[in-house]
Amino acid sequence: MFRSMLRTTGFALAALALSAGAQAQAPIKIGSVLSVTGPAAFLGDPEKKTLDLYVEKINAAGGVLGRRLELYTYDDGTSAGKANTFVKRLIEEDKVDILVGGTTTGSTMAMVPVVEKAQIPFISLAGAVVIIEPVKKWVFKTPHTDRMAAEKAFEDMKKRGITRVGLLAENSGFGQSGKKETLAVAGKYGMQIVANESYGPKDADVTTQLTKIKNTAGVQAILVFGFGQGPAVVTKNMGQLGITLPHYESHGVASEQYIKLSGRAAEGVRLPAAALLVADALPKNDPQKPVVVGYEKAYKARYKQEVSTFGGHAYDGLMIAVGAIKRAKSTDKAKVRDAIERTKGFIGTGGVVNMSPTDHMGLDLSAFRMLEIRNGTWTLVN
Amino acid sequence: MLSQTLQYFFSGLTNGAIYALSALGFSLIYNASGVINFAQGEFIMLGGVCAVMLTAAGVPLPLAILIAVLVVSLVGLMLEKLAIEPAGDADVVSLIIITIGASIFLQGVAQVVFGPGQRALAPFTGDAPIMIFGASLLPQSMWMMGTGALIVLILAWFFGRTRLGKAMLATAHNRLAARLVGINTRHVLALSFVISAALGAVAGVVSAPITLTSYDVGIMVGLKGFVAATLGGLGSGLGAVVGGLILGLTEALAAGYISSAYKDAVPFVLIILILFFMPRGLFGARASERV
Repeated sequence: MFRSMLRTTGFALAALALSAGAQAQAPIKIGSVLSVTGPAAFLGDPEKKTLDLYVEKINAAGGVLGRRLELYTYDDGTSAGKANTFVKRLIEEDKVDILVGGTTTGSTMAMVPVVEKAQIPFISLAGAVVIIEPVKKWVFKTPHTDRMAAEKAFEDMKKRGITRVGLLAENSGFGQSGKKETLAVAGKYGMQIVANESYGPKDADVTTQLTKIKNTAGVQAILVFGFGQGPAVVTKNMGQLGITLPHYESHGVASEQYIKLSGRAAEGVRLPAAALLVADALPKNDPQKPVVVGYEKAYKARYKQEVSTFGGHAYDGLMIAVGAIKRAKSTDKAKVRDAIERTKGFIGTGGVVNMSPTDHMGLDLSAFRMLEIRNGTWTLVN
Repeated sequence: MLSQTLQYFFSGLTNGAIYALSALGFSLIYNASGVINFAQGEFIMLGGVCAVMLTAAGVPLPLAILIAVLVVSLVGLMLEKLAIEPAGDADVVSLIIITIGASIFLQGVAQVVFGPGQRALAPFTGDAPIMIFGASLLPQSMWMMGTGALIVLILAWFFGRTRLGKAMLATAHNRLAARLVGINTRHVLALSFVISAALGAVAGVVSAPITLTSYDVGIMVGLKGFVAATLGGLGSGLGAVVGGLILGLTEALAAGYISSAYKDAVPFVLIILILFFMPRGLFGARASERV
């Protein structure tokens, strides 16, 4: 009798101690809205997998500031409207401490007003420049911008003595934004856009546009801005027409799928992309080498899939968030925000990140590598 | 100059052939039931996706095509049995809404089974382009146009010469009267879905090497096919093909001679004009003569 009472008391005490411990050690809540289904699924899916994997890894290693990470993710189905609803739920009901996510520029921009009103740090995984320009106090991003892609391509063209470029942009959000940025930076590199055509993301044949570009007087190279199957159709059509002009793509095609879909026609295509794609080919002394190889190994081991740069963006976002929380020594939103803004020398899969009050992305052109497709695989162009 | 114009023409024909194949499926079901089947694009998607999955699994192409067509026909049958038939004598608008739901459902299933990525089917007879006066055409485009022409001939024979085909036309025109003369109208409706699914599958397989294929490829093909069918006159096989080719050609010529930025607008302006002046489309007048 006495013994059983003791036992009960013991249990009660233990339970009390546990709950007290849990209160002091409340988990750090990370909220995320990703496009896991819908047209942007091939971006959102690896992003979610990456967050799941690394939150688990960080927890297994003891968490952050002695606290567990708790991940709240919602799938917006590539709909900006839903992203707006879910971010409200994350902030008001789940009461998250920080947001990492927003797969597409559309979703991100739908979340921004809510985030700014709630004053919560937000690291976006989407591409376009508008997210960080003008600088928004609470909004950061990890992926390279389309402007950088255009600049990197122009830089490489300049080296090859090319100055007259035919532009072929997809009439999707990504392609149109890319087109705008391309036209904006062309002058800076002394480039002349001699042809400016567009195509639909689901067009089965773009030989018309390509013929027009090919027959434009003085054109020296073709720059294509698009992602998904469109650029593959463009590439195949260039093969069909026997166009031998230097062919540049954007970072939107930086996936194995593009090479597979385009087949032989992809040979010689150049594009700017993150170091992650050529992890194994990086020189040993490259500062990014250990990071990208480590991420690639962990991801492949867990999911038996090739890595994509999109999952890498999620890795970078999570690590920047965790680093900032560590430096701020709390989850106080204003302190964490300040700490994110002071991120310096962080080596991620996308490049070396140096944020500042005027730069909420922190990447420069060195973050992009110029790749060329040779023998059906990516090779570094020096 | 000639080669440039010819290239625009070939580009238009390639796109147009895909629209035409899709439009044929719309016309067929419309003929048999008065329903516009918005899941037609998904039949095309499923055809391509099945063929790609089978060939990736090592099945030889001809056998893969056959299996894909059978599988998709079965899907068409199930769509009719499980979704359309239980709706009973619901009016045409309700049935159309059911097909929209079915389309979303099929896309979802395809995304789960096939994954979100895109894949390509190998061209039937190589991808070395055929050069004609300096313009190039892929052999696969010829396959598409040939298949489209063949299907039109078969359908013309089926509806014009066979009892079953005539029974389908009669059902479309007046279901009650058809029932009175002893036609099993329920079977006719099921059959129209099976045939149209099979047709969609064939279209999907022949066009997959060019359009590439993914779970969401059916939306665009379906919508453009619907536009083509309306343009040519709903219910007319010849109209579907002509509508598809006109659509493809105007797109290509607009992109070539005006600007590729307006490419998508031109066919829609065209369809507004045609429907304004010829509400039944180019070849649809026959529908009113069917008394």
